[in-house]
Amino acid sequence: MTDQITHREMPTGTEGSEAGPPVVPREGFFAMWRRLQLGLWLAPLGILALVGVLYMYYQNLDLANAVRQTRSALQWETKLWPQMLQHVQIAFVATVVVVIVAVPLGIILTRPAFRRVGPYVVAVANSGQALPAYGLLVLFGAAMGMNRTAAMWAFVVYALLPVLRNTMVGLDQVDRSVIEAGRGMGMTRMLVLTRIELPLAVPVILAGVRVAMVLNIGMATLAFLIGGGALGVTIYSGIELNQNSVLIVGAVLVAIVALTFDWLGAVAERYLRPRGI
Amino acid sequence: MSSEAKIRLDRVEKKYHGTSVPAVEELSLDVHEGEILVLVGPSGCGKSTTLRLINRMIEPTGGKIYLDDEDVTTVDPDKLRRRIGYVIQQIGLFPHQTIAQNIATVPRMLKWDKARIAARADELLHLAGLDPEIYRDRYPKELSGGQAQRVGVARALGADPEIMLMDEPFGAIDPITRERLQNEFLRLQAELKKTIVFVTHDIDEAIKMGDRIAILGERSVIRQLDTPERILAFPVDQFVDDFIGAGSTIKGLNFEQLSGLRLGGYPTIRSDQSPQAGLEALNESNKTWLLVVDEQNRPMRWMREGDLQQSTGSYQDEGSEVRIRLNAEDTLFDSLEQMLQSESGSCCVVDRHGALTGVVEMAHLRRAIRRAQVEARRHYEDLEDNA
Ligand SMILES: Nc1ncnc2c1ncn2[C@@H]1O[C@H](COP(=O)(O)OP(=O)(O)O)[C@@H](O)[C@H]1O
Ligand SMILES: [Mg+2]
Repeated sequence: MTDQITHREMPTGTEGSEAGPPVVPREGFFAMWRRLQLGLWLAPLGILALVGVLYMYYQNLDLANAVRQTRSALQWETKLWPQMLQHVQIAFVATVVVVIVAVPLGIILTRPAFRRVGPYVVAVANSGQALPAYGLLVLFGAAMGMNRTAAMWAFVVYALLPVLRNTMVGLDQVDRSVIEAGRGMGMTRMLVLTRIELPLAVPVILAGVRVAMVLNIGMATLAFLIGGGALGVTIYSGIELNQNSVLIVGAVLVAIVALTFDWLGAVAERYLRPRGI
Repeated sequence: MSSEAKIRLDRVEKKYHGTSVPAVEELSLDVHEGEILVLVGPSGCGKSTTLRLINRMIEPTGGKIYLDDEDVTTVDPDKLRRRIGYVIQQIGLFPHQTIAQNIATVPRMLKWDKARIAARADELLHLAGLDPEIYRDRYPKELSGGQAQRVGVARALGADPEIMLMDEPFGAIDPITRERLQNEFLRLQAELKKTIVFVTHDIDEAIKMGDRIAILGERSVIRQLDTPERILAFPVDQFVDDFIGAGSTIKGLNFEQLSGLRLGGYPTIRSDQSPQAGLEALNESNKTWLLVVDEQNRPMRWMREGDLQQSTGSYQDEGSEVRIRLNAEDTLFDSLEQMLQSESGSCCVVDRHGALTGVVEMAHLRRAIRRAQVEARRHYEDLEDNA
């Protein structure tokens, strides 16, 4: 990859002598950024820095002299850590379920037999996202009981659309002539789907999954509303106690979880993208 | 070339869903084993539809299709297609697979073992004129248009099918590369002897590639089906004539070799004979030019009456030099090109040793053209009489 710079042609001598010293073409900052994928490898450093700052902030809190509720809300072993695990669990499981539902659905809706119903299903998925998240949660809580599972299913409905839409778009954008060539050589529809269409749609589908993941991590903050726990509990007590320290610790932890998973998504996009495209 | 029908279409019809006029109407057609049959016609006349009916990418709405006398309108279309090579204009290489993987598509489906597949991929890359060491592990986006099309052809040859269907395979390629790919493909075909149905909208490509050409009109109706020579010599109707366009006579000259001409005598003297002998020989004939040949009968100089009268008998720098010599295998088209450039308006034909075998003049070409036209017309009259 580095030979792009070293092999770049210099302006010729004659041109240089007339117009002053030769100008060495410089790679733009953003081009270099993209080429080296600096973002991908700097992001963990940023996340670690955030963790460090939060750690120092937390250590410097004068918890011994704080009110009892604050001290209790900020306990690592019994509050923050379990909440963070619940948070990740809700978001992760919801995303996995979204993938399990939306990808096959997207595949079916792009097959000739079902192509015509596609827009209607997308419209339904769209309305899932258009509903107020709060309302959706309450609906699921009322129907399935006030617990984490209900919250998770509400988030599944909420995050279905990006994965469904990207699966359909990803499959639709596969060059028709590539499919035609495959069919023309005697590949069955199934083979064309698994060996050609899906691999070529992977980057677009993954982008959708990444969006759903980040969406779910944000949404999981609301799970506490129907008794689902997670980091929303801490943030809410921060508001209720009017204690900024509690609010800040909760919010920054959510941010750390979100950034970490977004980064994992970026790494997956980078390495699961088939070579050659 | 055996004339047994490798592919037979029997009153095949395709009516697309929701259209009233069929795209292909009652088409009957035999493709002989080992030939290139070209389907040519204006855009939208149904060439691609016809081609895709053969490997059942499109299901016919009527009629039968036979490969080797086997009715294939009822067999499993996926299995059928693995026996038939298919090349399209857009090529459709799989961008996420290497060149070798692309070429191995059909062998893999046929469950060949790994070593055999790898060997086959290398062999086909060689055939396509691409060094396996360099190209085997490349991805399609790293190829030029011409290279990609070669890989497309190699991939279609993957499991050595007996039949190839090619839909405007060179249509999207620049003219110079196209010419080269056409020549390479013809060379390959001379070796492989596949049965090929080749679609194009370009009559010149049809003339070049086809052993036989089917000129198609609306609804894929055959307007004329014959060898390129005969179509050029005798277009059966106005439609075909218009489609061939101007210059059909000249294009026809490409198909006849000089060996087919009967060249009459031509006034000649050896370089050790006197100018006087030359003048006598010239007067005996009704020609304007005389040829001076050396002891081995190799043509040296063109001389006119005036040149001979002033000649010293050495024939050095007298008259004009014979620059171009053609062989019996050259075509009438080559000779026309030379004649137009030479002062004498004619052209020497020589044997392997350079000895003169005859002189081609414009009258010979005119006669050859007339003969081809008469033969073609007689052929069509016979067909009508027999019908
Ligand atoms: N899938 C299709 N549905 C309906 N009509 C079609 C379809 N494909 C082709 N046609 C029509 O059939 C005719 C022949 O098309 P085609 O075989 O592609 O022509 P060509 O290859 O000679 O340009 C055209 O009029 C075209 O519009
Ligand atoms: Mg076509």
